[in-house]
Amino acid sequence: MSNKVLMKGNEAIAEAAIKSGCLYFFGYPITPQTEISEYMAKRMPKVGGLCLQAESEVAAINMLMGASAAGSRAMTSSSSPGISLKSEGISYIAGCDLPCLIVNVQRGGPGLGGIQPSQSDYYQATRGVGHGDLRILVLAPSSVQEMASLTAEAFDLADEYRMPAMLLADGALGQMMEPVDFSVFPKRELAPKTWATNGLKNHEGKKNIINSLFIDPNELENSVIERYKRYDIVEEKEVRYEEYLTDDADIVLVAFGITARICKSAVTELRNQGIKAGLLRPVTLWPYPKKIISKLADHAKAFISVEMSMGQMVDDVRLAVNGKRPVYFFGRTGGIIPSVEEVICETTKISETL
Amino acid sequence: MDMSFKKLNIICGHYGSGKTNIAVNLALKAKALFPHKTVRIADYDIVNPYFRAADNKKLLTDAGIVVSVPQFANSNVDIPVVPHMLGSMIEDSDDSISFVDLGGDDGAVAIGMFSDKINQDNCDMFYVVNKYRPLISAPEDAVWFMREIENAARLKCTMVINNSSLGEETAFEDIFSSVEYGKKCAENAGLPLFAHTYCENYVPDFEEKIRGTKYSREPFIGIRDITKKLF
Repeated sequence: MSNKVLMKGNEAIAEAAIKSGCLYFFGYPITPQTEISEYMAKRMPKVGGLCLQAESEVAAINMLMGASAAGSRAMTSSSSPGISLKSEGISYIAGCDLPCLIVNVQRGGPGLGGIQPSQSDYYQATRGVGHGDLRILVLAPSSVQEMASLTAEAFDLADEYRMPAMLLADGALGQMMEPVDFSVFPKRELAPKTWATNGLKNHEGKKNIINSLFIDPNELENSVIERYKRYDIVEEKEVRYEEYLTDDADIVLVAFGITARICKSAVTELRNQGIKAGLLRPVTLWPYPKKIISKLADHAKAFISVEMSMGQMVDDVRLAVNGKRPVYFFGRTGGIIPSVEEVICETTKISETL
Repeated sequence: MDMSFKKLNIICGHYGSGKTNIAVNLALKAKALFPHKTVRIADYDIVNPYFRAADNKKLLTDAGIVVSVPQFANSNVDIPVVPHMLGSMIEDSDDSISFVDLGGDDGAVAIGMFSDKINQDNCDMFYVVNKYRPLISAPEDAVWFMREIENAARLKCTMVINNSSLGEETAFEDIFSSVEYGKKCAENAGLPLFAHTYCENYVPDFEEKIRGTKYSREPFIGIRDITKKLF
């Protein structure tokens, strides 16, 4: 008999957050992530935490900033249009060097878009999540188990590097149900939050100030440079990815999230048909697994980025491959999930040209 | 096990307890048992547009079942509306068997507005439980959710279905060890247990394995997992 429970992806995020010591959740409902709020509303009072439905996404992200500044583990969640609303607040949080978790259960866009799953916020998450020179950690789960384990990991990473982390999921992962085992999460040793604005009694004689405003440009430049040194360490130490049959692959599919699950089934079938396909699944989208892709380009003859968008991550694959091999793209958008058969068909067509 | 159905059969439960799967499977069984009768199924899930009875329209229609789903289900203008056909489902003179797949938790409110038109003597409301769903893994919590649903639906549950499952990873032992839970849920709810389920796709040798065990006389029904597969 297993210790597993059966959960929706959205619920797994919420439970993992609570198990990771998150005591503050600020949300605003939007399909397809509302179960996170609902679950938090039921569970938070039982663990002495707070689940607050804010008056808007903008309010929620600023509440998150306050809770994080006071040294608490806190999170917010939304879906694509709601993340756009949070954008200003995310930039402020990054500028204040505060750790927190932001969950984006993506849906189709642009605009109000649709309510079916999508991965078309990749650029937003990895490039333009807010104004200014900034990075946030971006983790991409591809199973309900990872919705939980990467939530725990994201909190730890955020605390370790004092920066916001985003869990970039999609509506399919949020809604689907799979077994989850909560007993297997690794935990990091973390330094105490001596920077938190939680009262003078906690750091005698020293006033902590949390701020992102610098009138003197030299001071601002220095603070940004210091932050980018931390980003360098993240890029060096925190890259995560999964490989599947890439060792001898002629053609490497690159996909994250739910699309990687589809591609894995496609790769298995392609191998049965005698096509040497493999899968590289980035688990961290920032930092991006550039080095492994560059290494794979030494033997693989071509790459295909498979996404639920018009082609966004494909840019990072091209940067990593750096012209050594052709990089193709296949995707569906607007809420359509590519089928295993479509991926097989596209890969077969490309492999015939190699 | 022998099965008979009342005219109206409402399937309710906590999110993800397996309501849609149960509703679709019971409708298929009813049609197989009573091929001469009209069998209907209505998707009353106004909560969630992702996994729902509307996904199985073709399977059901091919089996000769009349399917009622919201007009714009699974489109980009999927909005919380209740489908038509409830009138004929609750009409007493009509010799038919109908199944209603409610939304999770307080999504049951969708049927509440019709509660005074439903003849409860000719209606069963099945409460679906799953031991492996964390918020209802304790029988007392499962009963708490049932009361919430009854309040939203303004109808009383009449039977409990133990649908304990871990999806594709379900093993015989997982079902076997859920029997006491199912019985306890029914007992705490003060209702009869309709059945324990097992998924024929995942535990094909269930009947063979249960034979000769202490639960061999429990009411088990085999169902199929009809959830749409993405990969």
